[in-house]
Amino acid sequence: MKDVEMKMLERAKALLESGEVARVIGWKKGDFCFDPAPASFETVEELDNFVYDYFCGANLSKYLIQMSKKEGKTAVFLKPCDTYSFNQLVKEHRIKRENVYVIAVECMAKLDIEKIKAKGISMVESVEVVGKEVKVTSAYGVETLYKPDVVLTKCATCTKTHQVKDEEIILHERPARDVDRFEEVAKLEAMTADERFAFWREQLSKCIRCNACRNVCPACSCVKCVFDNPASGIAAKANDDKFEEQLFHVIRAFHVAGRCTDCGECSRVCPQNIPLHLLNRKFIKDIDNLYGEYQAGETDEGKTPLTSYTEGDAEPNDVMNGEAK
Amino acid sequence: MLKIAKERLNELYAKINESMGLFIPIKRAGEVNYAVWGEGKEVSLETLKTVKSPKNMFFPQTENMMQFKTEGKNIEIVDIREEYKELRPFVLFGVKACDYKAIEVLDKVFLADPVDTYYQNRREATTIVTLACSRPEESCFCGVFGIDATAPTGDVTTWLDGEYLYWQVNTEKGKALTALVKDLLTEGGEKEVASQQETTKTVLEKLPFANLDLSRFKPENLNELFEAKEWEEMSEACLGCGTCTFVCPTCQCFDIRDIKTNEGVLRYRCWDSCMYSDFTQMAGGNNRTTQLQRFRQRFMHKLVYYPSQNDGLYSCVGCGRCVNKCPQKLNIVKVIKTLGGKNND
Repeated sequence: MKDVEMKMLERAKALLESGEVARVIGWKKGDFCFDPAPASFETVEELDNFVYDYFCGANLSKYLIQMSKKEGKTAVFLKPCDTYSFNQLVKEHRIKRENVYVIAVECMAKLDIEKIKAKGISMVESVEVVGKEVKVTSAYGVETLYKPDVVLTKCATCTKTHQVKDEEIILHERPARDVDRFEEVAKLEAMTADERFAFWREQLSKCIRCNACRNVCPACSCVKCVFDNPASGIAAKANDDKFEEQLFHVIRAFHVAGRCTDCGECSRVCPQNIPLHLLNRKFIKDIDNLYGEYQAGETDEGKTPLTSYTEGDAEPNDVMNGEAK
Repeated sequence: MLKIAKERLNELYAKINESMGLFIPIKRAGEVNYAVWGEGKEVSLETLKTVKSPKNMFFPQTENMMQFKTEGKNIEIVDIREEYKELRPFVLFGVKACDYKAIEVLDKVFLADPVDTYYQNRREATTIVTLACSRPEESCFCGVFGIDATAPTGDVTTWLDGEYLYWQVNTEKGKALTALVKDLLTEGGEKEVASQQETTKTVLEKLPFANLDLSRFKPENLNELFEAKEWEEMSEACLGCGTCTFVCPTCQCFDIRDIKTNEGVLRYRCWDSCMYSDFTQMAGGNNRTTQLQRFRQRFMHKLVYYPSQNDGLYSCVGCGRCVNKCPQKLNIVKVIKTLGGKNND
């Protein structure tokens, strides 16, 4: 990872120095080894705080909605999964593509500090990754963890490869992974309706309506969300059991269906660790089954299953009765 | 000092629950939050930080205030506080020193004139049992605000080690609670508590944020801090979500709204967040139109506005929840370090 970081830094410096871009979006060092924050860098001096490591899990693509409207070009580092969100935003005309310089970078699966702390480790001082081993040094000693146990949920089943055209790439060769992202969805489908209702009720009852899932979601790019409009008669912040438990997250999943790239940011940012991505994955799986395999964000153009009509489309009745192909 | 063996804690909870409600950190769907105790619930006193703070107990996230029942041209006003007169007294159990201090911050807002009677009703019906910290973590910085994590007050103070929960009575309310459970408690524990405190203090001294310098955050620096150019850079990555405000034990803003029901109109209030775009919206619009302004408001309120109105008391208690929970890793510590002068370098 250190070599990737060096290359990124080199490119960021060159781009800023040459004036080719006005700013670079990346991550800056935090107070600990595990809390880098998204940041924009406008000068070479500011890059002193630049960092790229196993905790740079945030998807930077949504920041481009604002940044690409600024004066001058913006360079951005996108991980393979982030490039899908980027393409989708370009396709929806939310990003001014000509103002963005994309550099696709290696990911190697990011770590989740909460999962590391859940192993009973606190006062973390440094984290080192070697293959599948994560060596965590804390004030209480050194512990070695198995990496797949402590990666971000979104990284655990990721098989994405970068999808941007005509831009720079800083990647290692990566072996194909044999994981099934629909495994958890299949488990939910296997439940009875009552069991499934109980599962979601239990999970969604934790929701505090902080709206972090919505605000981080690259597919939620409305200038003004309907839930933020007081004239709509509903309040985005009122934590009323019935509404938020049963409706808010389901409505949101419907709104992003067909456009959600499965970047998994919703689950990463949830302060109550609600597995929100499973709602979206259920829709992705259904779309695959009803309209043929489709991955949102694979390209930045073309038709999408839910916004185009073909004669072979599943009939609503068939979908409702579970009789579609 | 009194004590009770750890394996008998369930008996203690059950005994309290016979005559009082009991709110305690409970694990549900993988996360620990304060909730009503009942048989079979998974209590987790060991959890250092509940996701939500206990402020929820006095100041619920959503609370009905009154109801207007309409029939023809008649409007009947139902005062929901009437129900509170029957409110069962309850015990808030396991409150950490930072969260206890946060209640003091809230009291200054809700119990000052004009008194918020909704808050007051719940507050007065509560006996608070605090729990000392024994394993603080890197995001903790309560010491910066003069809080001793090893000796919280409250009506009863408790300490937990591998074998026992130690129990110290502080107030009349605490005495009454102790009388209720006295059959379960035995004498002893002074030595164990003192030794735990000593060990914990050595950890507290070494915490990475133990020496944050707050001296620049005072009323006379208000304008200078407000105008600081660093707000732009600090707020740039802010998503404008409400995570920091909703996990914060001292954030106290709320919105009041009316909702149409079958019987008429229900007036309720719900937590609001200065991070939200519709916060304090008025007929003329909103006086903070950018995320920079909203971000600045939150931290200026914690570190400058609130203390300037409350004898220098900061409305941050160093619980570190925002440090852990901000989706993009922005937090009050980063603000203190950026604007707090060279002692924070």
